Amino acid sequence: MASVLRTESLVKRYGALLVTDAVSLDIAEGELHAIIGPNGAGKTTLINQLSGELASDSGRVWFDGADVSVLPIHQRARRGLLRSYQITSIFDDFSVLENASFAALGARRNAFKFWAPMLSDRQARHAAEGALEATGLRQHHATAAGDLGYGERRQLELAMSLAAGPKFLLLDEPMAGMSVQESTAVIALLQRLKRQYTILLVEHDMDAVFALADRITVLVYGKVLFTGTPDEIRNHPEVRAVYLGEEEAAA
Amino acid sequence: MTSLLSRPSSWVPMLVLALLATVPFVAQATGQQFYVAFFARIIIYAIAACALNIALGYGGLVSFGHSLFLGLGAYAVGLASFHEIGSGWVHLALCLAVCALVALVTGAISLRTSGIAFIMITLAFAQMGYFLFVSLKNYGGDDGMSIALTSRFGPVDLSSANHVYVTGFIVLVLSIWWLARLRVAPFGMVIRGAKQNARRVNAAGIPVVRYQLLAYVMSGMLCGVAGLLLANLNAFASPSTMAWSVSGELIVIVVIGGLGTVFGPLMGAIVFLGLEEILKGFTDHWMVIFGPLIVIVALLGKSGIIGLLQRFDARSKPVAATAEAAEPAAAAAVKGAA
Repeated sequence: MASVLRTESLVKRYGALLVTDAVSLDIAEGELHAIIGPNGAGKTTLINQLSGELASDSGRVWFDGADVSVLPIHQRARRGLLRSYQITSIFDDFSVLENASFAALGARRNAFKFWAPMLSDRQARHAAEGALEATGLRQHHATAAGDLGYGERRQLELAMSLAAGPKFLLLDEPMAGMSVQESTAVIALLQRLKRQYTILLVEHDMDAVFALADRITVLVYGKVLFTGTPDEIRNHPEVRAVYLGEEEAAA
Repeated sequence: MTSLLSRPSSWVPMLVLALLATVPFVAQATGQQFYVAFFARIIIYAIAACALNIALGYGGLVSFGHSLFLGLGAYAVGLASFHEIGSGWVHLALCLAVCALVALVTGAISLRTSGIAFIMITLAFAQMGYFLFVSLKNYGGDDGMSIALTSRFGPVDLSSANHVYVTGFIVLVLSIWWLARLRVAPFGMVIRGAKQNARRVNAAGIPVVRYQLLAYVMSGMLCGVAGLLLANLNAFASPSTMAWSVSGELIVIVVIGGLGTVFGPLMGAIVFLGLEEILKGFTDHWMVIFGPLIVIVALLGKSGIIGLLQRFDARSKPVAATAEAAEPAAAAAVKGAA
């Protein structure tokens, strides 16, 4: 399969601390690639670098056949590389539909329009409504985002990425803090989205990761420890020691 | 229209606008021409406050330097008149061009900062303008300059208070109309979004600073138009229009009217300048009463007068579904009433 996102020796330092240590990834079109690793492994930093939110100190990123290493986040978003946030990042004063339409519009065209309402943009609204339908937020479309419950806010976060019509989704712990029921719904949603979009998933919920991922990369102290299929990860002695073992010991 | 009647936050300001439309006729009938000039001043401040509301209310850009644009608008008329140009079109073109250019340059620099630094740097630019005009002795310096050639737009001559009034009223109504449209138009949503969460706007594919800069420029240009009208009303341009206290007054007007609301600047200007006038009639120390009153209005709610009126709005409306409804204060009021 054709590679859609590729990185080569990506590095990020905070002072003396090496947060991303020469990370090279190669993610094929249609793949759901999960990144796991203990706390502080640099998973969110990696997402920040891939999305363009954070400039890398060295290394390159190719997306969809082009070198996007120096492009800022808004230009990567325009190319279809969309991210969601671990800490919910939505517009509290806007309605749910406005939030989704905003994301849908922003990824497609500029917003230098000063008269016609944003919600009258048919294409954006259609995409927004589709995303709300998929995430089960349709009945809340008129609610102010700030009035939503926690789980619904997480779903809106996901809906905004979907409404943008992405080629590639960088999902930073989409299930963080969700109830079991809500997580199950999101896992089912991701199961449905799987082949439609290429997805990079950072997630702590191991059941979700092993149920969804085609391949998994284990990140430890900013370094790629191992990349492989879920079965390979399960049976890899070093991974078990570093990561899965820890989980079992904690449980 | 029953839905309109159930929303005092909309019909009260509209009634105020309708009453403002009658002022020249009432003044004519009663022979109290003073009121035309007085209400013209309110209208001009309301336009300036509408302008500031774009940057401050929608965009969350706390500009403490909007008096700069008010002053530049005034001096566009003053300097043109000094050089014997009386065409209103030239005045307007000069005003818009200078305000756009100055806002573009100062905005581009100011937007490299945020928060307190943004407030301070916009204040600094306004002070630079103030001292620049104080030092221009040719153009009256400290004393300001009287304007012999007021703006003439064909048959409309702004030397007459009535003409300033009608022109200002039309500009105000158009500004409010535009602000209402802009609020939910893509551009308005982007700058309002940036006020809440600039990071997310970028992540959505929109380079946020460009939009903020344009908002600042449009805000400065509209404020310049208010300055142009003010200079014609007074037949005078003075550096005191650029004083920092004027910037402060504009912020107070926007805040007590209702930050980021469509009618807030109008209501704020009426209450602020109206109260000032009334209190001045009672005592020379009117500030002693005025200050606490402003504090009370500010404490009553974060959406000011419009927020207060929204508490009386019918509570059937779904929050944030349509154009006017996205105010958090309205949501709070709905919850409070329920």
